[in-house]
Amino acid sequence: MLRNSFTSSIRFASLTLLVVAVSVVASSFKNSVAEKPALNADVKTDWPKPSYYVKDIPVYNTFTDIEAAFQQNNDTTYIINFWATWCAPCIAELPYFEELTEKYKDSKVKVVLCSLDFPKQVETKLVSFVEKKGLMSEVIVLLDGKYNDWIDKVSPDWSGAIPATYVYNKENSRFFGEAFENLQELEEAIKPLL
Amino acid sequence: MKYIFLIGLSLFLFSFTFQINLNNDPTEGVKVGEKAPEFNLKNIDGKTYSFENIKDANGNTPKGFIVVFTCNTCPYAQANEQRIIALHEEYAPKGYPVVAIQPNDAAQKPGDSFEAMQKNAKEKGFPYLYLIDEKQEVYPKYGATKTPEVFLVDKDLTVRYHGAIDDSARDESGVEEKYVEKAIAALESGDEVSPTITKAIGCGIKGSKAN
Repeated sequence: MLRNSFTSSIRFASLTLLVVAVSVVASSFKNSVAEKPALNADVKTDWPKPSYYVKDIPVYNTFTDIEAAFQQNNDTTYIINFWATWCAPCIAELPYFEELTEKYKDSKVKVVLCSLDFPKQVETKLVSFVEKKGLMSEVIVLLDGKYNDWIDKVSPDWSGAIPATYVYNKENSRFFGEAFENLQELEEAIKPLL
Repeated sequence: MKYIFLIGLSLFLFSFTFQINLNNDPTEGVKVGEKAPEFNLKNIDGKTYSFENIKDANGNTPKGFIVVFTCNTCPYAQANEQRIIALHEEYAPKGYPVVAIQPNDAAQKPGDSFEAMQKNAKEKGFPYLYLIDEKQEVYPKYGATKTPEVFLVDKDLTVRYHGAIDDSARDESGVEEKYVEKAIAALESGDEVSPTITKAIGCGIKGSKAN
């Protein structure tokens, strides 16, 4: 009898511990893989039209113009990397995004390199950089300089430092405020969403 | 045996949890309303400065400090240089000197070495302290992640504002709201600072690879 109640109390304790552990783990996953808020019915989920093109590179004047790119409601996982040609750590991690584009070209994974280059340098620096490197990933430009109005819309976890990467699909999203050191690290970042 | 396994599994899951939370801790760094972390850093003139020995333009104990993490090399820091100079010239006589701190690892950014800081300050005529966070111990305490990034500290050494100088970091001609000036005005009049936190694009601070 005594033994029985001892066993059952151990069972109870361990089950409780397990339930608590699982729920804590679940809640911490909720932190790292945030659930996306439900989309409004009127939110457009087609890829947004750019304000204009420089060569073949789409340029968006304001964050409002590009916001739909962060709200696509389809089967694709989007990896949106914020960078600039003058940002050394951004350039250092570009090859991993290119490798990712190549490796996942037959999957529903889309890499978007969103340049935050200064307006004056889009034509003088960015275009030649993209051509010289022969970038395969889609390059777009966002010119909106009223940063405080839109940084939080990408992610409240983003301080504004670049490089920064936002990964999402219709179910989940993750934000990374630091450079990736290799392809493996980048793959680990998107795996929970695939 | 099964229960031991379950307990083991629970503990394992717990340790996993802690790991995740540590990695994603959004609470790093000082918050508005908290005490500004102390520092004791070398200025480009070779002397070391802390909150205790920094004076305003009149040689008095300051009413506050405009602590700016900035550097030579970041285009955003460069785009804000003249604005930082203007802030100091306007507010150091009123009791709020600029205290610029360069946080980048010079091994990775030779353009941000102590000598390069001295040279840049001389060429541009920085009228404010330009300190180097050589051991890279100060910027993490503040939770600064990029240059430029401002912390407005009041006379009680409480952080009252954290963020950008104004709402147009890249292009001074587009400025509509001067956050730091507004915050100082609020301190002077005893009003609530608003906004207390703003964000802008900036260059990620280069931490030492050894850290």
